[in-house]
Amino acid sequence: MTMHEYDWTSIPGAIPLLAKGMLVTLEVTLTAIAVGVVWGTLLAVARLGRNRVLSWLATVYVNLFRSVPLVMVILWFYLIVPQALKAIFGESIGDIRLTSALVAFALFEAAYYSEIIRAGIQSVAKGQMAAGLALGLTPGQTMRMIILPQAFRNMLPLLLTQAIILFQDTSLVYVIGLSDFFGTSYKVGDRDGRLVELLLFAGAVYFVICFSVSRVVKHLQARFSS
Amino acid sequence: MAYNWNWEIFLQPSATGEGTYLSWLLEGLKWTVTLSLSAWVIALIIGSIIGVLRTVPNRWLGLLAATYVEVFRNIPLLVQLFIWYFVLPELLPRGMGDAFKQMNPLAQQFVSALVCLGFFTAARVAEQVRSGINSLPRGQKNAGLAMGFTLPQVYRHVLLPMAYRIIVPPLTSEFLNIFKNSAVATTIGLIELSRQAQQLVDFTAQPYEAFIAVTLLYLLINVALMFLMRQVEQKVRVPGFIGGK
Repeated sequence: MTMHEYDWTSIPGAIPLLAKGMLVTLEVTLTAIAVGVVWGTLLAVARLGRNRVLSWLATVYVNLFRSVPLVMVILWFYLIVPQALKAIFGESIGDIRLTSALVAFALFEAAYYSEIIRAGIQSVAKGQMAAGLALGLTPGQTMRMIILPQAFRNMLPLLLTQAIILFQDTSLVYVIGLSDFFGTSYKVGDRDGRLVELLLFAGAVYFVICFSVSRVVKHLQARFSS
Repeated sequence: MAYNWNWEIFLQPSATGEGTYLSWLLEGLKWTVTLSLSAWVIALIIGSIIGVLRTVPNRWLGLLAATYVEVFRNIPLLVQLFIWYFVLPELLPRGMGDAFKQMNPLAQQFVSALVCLGFFTAARVAEQVRSGINSLPRGQKNAGLAMGFTLPQVYRHVLLPMAYRIIVPPLTSEFLNIFKNSAVATTIGLIELSRQAQQLVDFTAQPYEAFIAVTLLYLLINVALMFLMRQVEQKVRVPGFIGGK
């Protein structure tokens, strides 16, 4: 016999709130993917490039972010971002938590994306760079027009898998009290005394989304490798 | 920016009168390490079982193991932790649920975080064990069976000893991950490192010193583990195998 009597009635009424939370989750996820891929590509290119100082700086950046727990990174940016914003814009600033989370996730994910992208660039045959140069393209043009398009095609499944992990990790904005999908579920559950139902509901929603997307990724992977 | 740096803060007696603020950091370090190492043991045991089940010639066992992996990989760690900590005690039989709630808070937090991290990481370990076993030439298993070994004996004496040696590099990164993931336990109040960082901010109002110190401790853990695992990798490397894939 369990001591719990399920009561799911607080969920339907909370759907608008939960949807709003999901929008925050998606906003953080998509921003981090967009900025992360661009900044991650620059880091990867810098790391593989000839400039020793840039290469070293990129290596330090990537290793630093990859050695520290995401929770700490979120807390760090919640400490730094408000002060930086204050210094730039003066006193009046909007929701600092969302801005801090966006910056933290974008810069953190870039470190992870850059490792995937670096491997992707290295997976393109070396002769291609030489061929591009022989055709009279500059190294930058060869990278942009020949190497990167192929590299991205090779690593699309890995980039998407990382996006699924990122989508799950955004729930950690809980530590700065930002109401994403998970934070909202928790608050609703706490408010109505229905934490058990809301947490199970949140888990189920995450599972359905992540499982479905991972199926799509698997499908893509099979198509690409054939 | 006018910020008053004060590194001596760590030597001052803490506001609660229990030791210095430095001792808070060390307390946090202790819990981070204890939690991660014990969760790693759980992850290795369960991950090995699940990983092996994914490779055995039985559809139902394979499906069971695959379900385990999908469930634990597709729900955020934080949600899993809250389910272990807030939900499970409600769903257990009354006696067990009450017994859990009567433990002291630290024990409740530790047990929940331990089980959560262990089961979560087990799903990742299982995938590595599976890929290690699958990377072995099929002839090894057949040779074992032809010699008269039973299937469990083939796993025990032929497949697993090789598989474990091959997957040391990817397991190393999971090992590092479990230490980083342990920071999630701060959300249920376990006094591990990142919790102590937040506590120090609240008590000392010296946020930068606190965060820098805790970040350095995480880096130290990382470097120490990488050094340790490099030794292990060199010891167990199988000649002719690059490892991993």
